[in-house]
Amino acid sequence: MKRAMPFLKKNPAFTVFAILALGVIAAAVFAPVLATHNPYEAVLADAVQPPSSEHWFGTDRMGRDLFSRVLYGARTSLTASLSLVCIIVTAGTALGIAAGYFGGILDAVIMRISDMMISFPGMVLAIAVAGILGASVTNAVIAISIVSWTKYARLSRSLVLKIRSRDYIAAARVTGSKTSHILLRYMLPNALPTILITGATDIGSMMLEIAGLSFLGFGAKSPTAEWGLMLNEGRAFLTAAPWLMVFPGLAIFITVVVFNLLGDSLRDALDPRSE
Amino acid sequence: MSEPRELILEARHVTKKYPASHGRTLVANNDVSLNFYRGQTLGVVGESGCGKSTFMRMAVSLEEPTEGEILYRGEDVSHLKGEALRQHRQKIQMVFQDPAAAFNPKMRIMDIICEPLLNFRRIKRSEREAKARELLEMVELPGDFALRYPHNMSGGQRQRVGIARALALEPEIIVCDEATSALDVSVQRTVVELLVRLQREKHIAYGFICHDMALVQSLAHQVAVMYLGNIVELLPGEKVNSRSLHPYTKAMIGSVFDLHMDFKKPIESIDSEAPSPLDVPPGCPFQNRCDRRMEVCKSVRPVLKQIAPDHQVACHLFGAGDGR
Repeated sequence: MKRAMPFLKKNPAFTVFAILALGVIAAAVFAPVLATHNPYEAVLADAVQPPSSEHWFGTDRMGRDLFSRVLYGARTSLTASLSLVCIIVTAGTALGIAAGYFGGILDAVIMRISDMMISFPGMVLAIAVAGILGASVTNAVIAISIVSWTKYARLSRSLVLKIRSRDYIAAARVTGSKTSHILLRYMLPNALPTILITGATDIGSMMLEIAGLSFLGFGAKSPTAEWGLMLNEGRAFLTAAPWLMVFPGLAIFITVVVFNLLGDSLRDALDPRSE
Repeated sequence: MSEPRELILEARHVTKKYPASHGRTLVANNDVSLNFYRGQTLGVVGESGCGKSTFMRMAVSLEEPTEGEILYRGEDVSHLKGEALRQHRQKIQMVFQDPAAAFNPKMRIMDIICEPLLNFRRIKRSEREAKARELLEMVELPGDFALRYPHNMSGGQRQRVGIARALALEPEIIVCDEATSALDVSVQRTVVELLVRLQREKHIAYGFICHDMALVQSLAHQVAVMYLGNIVELLPGEKVNSRSLHPYTKAMIGSVFDLHMDFKKPIESIDSEAPSPLDVPPGCPFQNRCDRRMEVCKSVRPVLKQIAPDHQVACHLFGAGDGR
């Protein structure tokens, strides 16, 4: 904490976006407290009502309170995108470090698979995977993981290759370090800062991808409160009831912007060249 | 030379080839046989790229020889793997050329020095600061350096840290890959003095790679002169000046600068470049730069011949008649 305060003071942009991101996360965590209605309770008599003092964001065609659903949607989107980023960062970094350090056949196999993934348009491949697995948030996360880990693998591989032939790695081997020790104490700490910054900037775009898959019908299924799915459900009423798309759309927009800017400011704050 | 020498590490007919582009092979070491004796220094001199570093990297098991074998106390260690190799590493340590690149910049000195000991569980994590101080004092550095980072130290201090790390496991052999060439001349001297003192106290065998003919002949018990991956001459260090025979060795001695040089005489240097190790000509590897070349040098590669009990040379000019 003592070290955190000067860091936050020195990087006001990061502080602002961290507070905003914490606000978004708080909204998701405290959704049951903040919500004015049960997001899954359909009151057909109140269907498609414009925003009012009773329903701040209006209601959808089943009469569910849109404000509560947008709040609960934050839970789905945040957990899905955070776990997605965790999966791809972990898997990609581990594979990339292994490929870079061991080289040879392992490197060739991992990097050719990653080339294959990159040669496809990511979203199209994700749709195909999600289509095969069936529509659900979990499957959407799996589908996007399969196409997105390659970036981290390439990044960590290149960072490992940069230091692999350094003398101090040879010294570590000569002094009897086990391979696992070299990987964990030398390779990982060397790659981690760059990887984490990239991961932070990726949260926003991963959120967008999950919402995109859900919008296309390959992600969350109704009645789950999920922003992409809510956009899709509101699409038919665009002219008659624009609030059905405006509010989930705004929620996506704000969250993605906040996390993207948070990642950017983190990169600027940690950039060693700025010192 | 009458005292019996205790053989620790023996390289027998070691050849190292690297695959190069277009199906060619780069011969970094060709049939090299050298011995490390307890408490003695083996100096290896030669130009950049002549294969001295490759040889030493094989001696410390960072590379595997393509042919030949490396025996540690009679046991072949050239193809050890996994845990057996790791255990063997305790016996042979290395000091690297560039002290700026030899340490993880994110580790503190005590973690660097004690890493070998922790790797083999010889000390506990809690003991590392005390042990680091002890090792630092052994290399004549203040114990407080244990808490520093490598970038807060000068080149000479870092090289001492490198020596301390190599000493930590109490090895029998320490390979110094041009350990002094990145240092200022004045610092070089103190580091060499430290190495000599440690050798006297701990009877460590050194493998000492060097460009500096003058330094190596004062320091090494045995000097191997290497040219394009071949040992061309092997003789005791103190006799390099007086008894060396090979034209390449003589040319190298001729190019040593010192204060007492007579600058009215032309500075002897070797003309032209060494041929590429990708494309070594048949016959003697030194033929295109040798001023005493004979017809036989173009076709027959000279082998090392014993011309005195402690002196071998690979040249057609010497010892040809009796074959010894």
